[in-house]
Amino acid sequence: MTLRELILFIIVGALILGAGFVQGWNTALLILNMGLISAVMSLGVNLQWGFAGLFNVGVMGFVALGGLATVLVSMPPVAEAWAAGGMRVILGLLVGAGVVAAAVFAWGRLHGRLRGLVVFGVLVAGFFLFRSVYDAGVAAVEAINPATTGYLGGLGLPVLVAWPVGGLLAAGVAWVIGKTALGLRSDYLAIATLGIAEIIIAVLKNEDWLARGVKNVIGLPRPLPYEIDLQNDPGFVETAAGLGLDATTASTLYVKLGYGLLFAAVLIVLLVLAELALKSPWGRMMRAIRDNETAARAMGKDVTGRHLQVFILGSAICGIAGAMMTTLDGQLTPGSYQPLRYTFLIWVMVIVGGSGNNLGAVLGGFLIWFLWVEVEPIGAALVTLITNWGFWFEANILGLHAQADLSADASSGSWQAHLQDSVAHLRLPTMGLILLLVLRFSPRGLLPER
Amino acid sequence: MIDFLNAIVALSNFVLIPALAYGSQLALGALGVTLIYGILRFSNFAHGDTMAFGTMVVVLVTWAMQAAGISLGPLPTALLALPFGILGAAALVLLTDRAVYRFYREQKAKPVILVIVSMGVMFIYNGITRLIIGPNDQRFADGERFLIGAREFKAMTGLDEGLAIKSTQAITLVTAVIVVALLFWFLNHTRTGKSMRAYSDNEDLALLSGINPERVVMVTWLIVAALATVAGTLYGLDKSFKPFTYFQLLLPIFASAIVGGLGSPLGAIAGGFVIAFSEVGITYAWKKVLVYLLPEQLEPSGLVQLLSTDYKFAVSFVILLIVLLIRPTGLFRGKSV
Repeated sequence: MTLRELILFIIVGALILGAGFVQGWNTALLILNMGLISAVMSLGVNLQWGFAGLFNVGVMGFVALGGLATVLVSMPPVAEAWAAGGMRVILGLLVGAGVVAAAVFAWGRLHGRLRGLVVFGVLVAGFFLFRSVYDAGVAAVEAINPATTGYLGGLGLPVLVAWPVGGLLAAGVAWVIGKTALGLRSDYLAIATLGIAEIIIAVLKNEDWLARGVKNVIGLPRPLPYEIDLQNDPGFVETAAGLGLDATTASTLYVKLGYGLLFAAVLIVLLVLAELALKSPWGRMMRAIRDNETAARAMGKDVTGRHLQVFILGSAICGIAGAMMTTLDGQLTPGSYQPLRYTFLIWVMVIVGGSGNNLGAVLGGFLIWFLWVEVEPIGAALVTLITNWGFWFEANILGLHAQADLSADASSGSWQAHLQDSVAHLRLPTMGLILLLVLRFSPRGLLPER
Repeated sequence: MIDFLNAIVALSNFVLIPALAYGSQLALGALGVTLIYGILRFSNFAHGDTMAFGTMVVVLVTWAMQAAGISLGPLPTALLALPFGILGAAALVLLTDRAVYRFYREQKAKPVILVIVSMGVMFIYNGITRLIIGPNDQRFADGERFLIGAREFKAMTGLDEGLAIKSTQAITLVTAVIVVALLFWFLNHTRTGKSMRAYSDNEDLALLSGINPERVVMVTWLIVAALATVAGTLYGLDKSFKPFTYFQLLLPIFASAIVGGLGSPLGAIAGGFVIAFSEVGITYAWKKVLVYLLPEQLEPSGLVQLLSTDYKFAVSFVILLIVLLIRPTGLFRGKSV
């Protein structure tokens, strides 16, 4: 670790500690935990962009797939739904996959005009076959107790299993996208990933049989004990009292610290792996391909194959992070996935931290997450200061109103009230400004690639 | 025979006319994207938010005019406010170009860097729009709602099916035709337009023949601001104005531009209609039309909706993928860098 890295990490640590002193340790630990998850996500994007120069703006989709994996792995199966139509839904999906496979096969085997006609015919006929099998199954599953279940449920396995599964799920989808879109130019890959992310979210929102859609799955199993159980555990209360904490605070801190340790373990493992990969011949080859694709190809490197590989690996890491995040939230809410928050913010983290540098990506993850959370309270404090000054100015200099009707004035449509409302939207321009400033004045990021 | 007419009317009412209006809006948006790609050579991710910003200015000016009692009679007041919106958007993009993009142009930065820069610009535009008008739905359409109402049409023709043409749809079509005609006249017949096309075809050659690149870029941004504001306002009149929807429009707009061939204005228009017609056609429940056309024993039992409307993004995406795989330069042979 160089001095620069050390200093920057200490500064970010100090910022989070500062939040702990000012806003309480629960807030600080929340920032830390989401910071750890963000760091994992930006490690994944850094693998794709920093190592290989692949422009993936579908991070949100892979994160959401990780969240889906959490539901599919950890929730208990809904036996009635399986009995009602589960097999039919699965059969429908198999039919769909078979149709696509048949079309791809026909595309590879036939030539000329016949090819287009046959593939089109297979797809159209297959679509109706698929719908005829699948629709009835879906209707049956969704009719089972829609207020509480109405979906197939999961496998009922421990929730930690979902993290690698989330990675695998994201990797599988990344393979499909990579196979079709990676041969194309960089902007086209960007548009393709942007689209696939929107489609994944649309599927999560609308396929109620899968994960209840916008009805959300709540109460996901946790890898750690519930706070209420800890508070009822005499041993825990005693230990907490020994540390000078009351049982409620101690239990929330305990759970958050536990998550923090779990996430940190994942982050460290992935970081070490990414560093080893970067320093290996494979990593050098990747960077050679990134810097000069034509030369690398001339040297006999399989550019498309390597791109596919790194695209899958990076997406898998985003999937793992998504599963971790859904575990932390304890619920899957497809409506909450926004591209600005889950795709473009991650990009800001990577660019600001320093693309091509794993430690930089981690640093960017923590720093940008901290700012994302803290811009609002800092902005609110500033606005309060400004409005107070404004009221004072209006009251004492302009003599507009007496001090007494200040509160009434603040709730009406005054400029002060409008300013208060707009604080919530300060985040986006701040992030954009940071991104533009870094790109302009320090294009290699805070920790440049070595 | 009557059944056939009814089917045609139903088809026009639910598919053809909405798709025509939506296609015009997409085409105008895609023209902006394609012009930036042709002249400045990057995919502008901030385009959706440029549309949102321009439309926001239009909405605010419309409200001010409504409050002042200014109106256009049966036409929406927003048409009067449109020039102000264009001015606002033009000021914004020119300022952005001066403060942000010009630096990278002088450095001859790689296109992908400019794409990332446009992501930052997107954040800022999005934030500005939300700061000023908030993230909620805003309605600003006024004037006559319908050119022809469904009931009048039924009374007029005696058919079972009504044909409703919203005035916003008619305005969209007329405006789009005027704007596109103006644009093509400008590109093909004026000196500046010709220099823009020359610059797009071959930058070095254009520079050698004495074309001022900064002027070309400035004119491009002005045109793009106008196109974005017109497209955004028409979309907002037709549906409603919500900043986030405009961000989401980015996907079908890019799909239109790429399907038509990036850098080709004609392609952008064709792409817009291809995307719009497939989106509306595939998410429409065809039962109504089929009931008129087919003999009774063949009548469908379901809605005959190929995909639920929630998957409309999937449609533009699949078309995009097919075009990219089969003909990567798009229908009209655009650029491929």
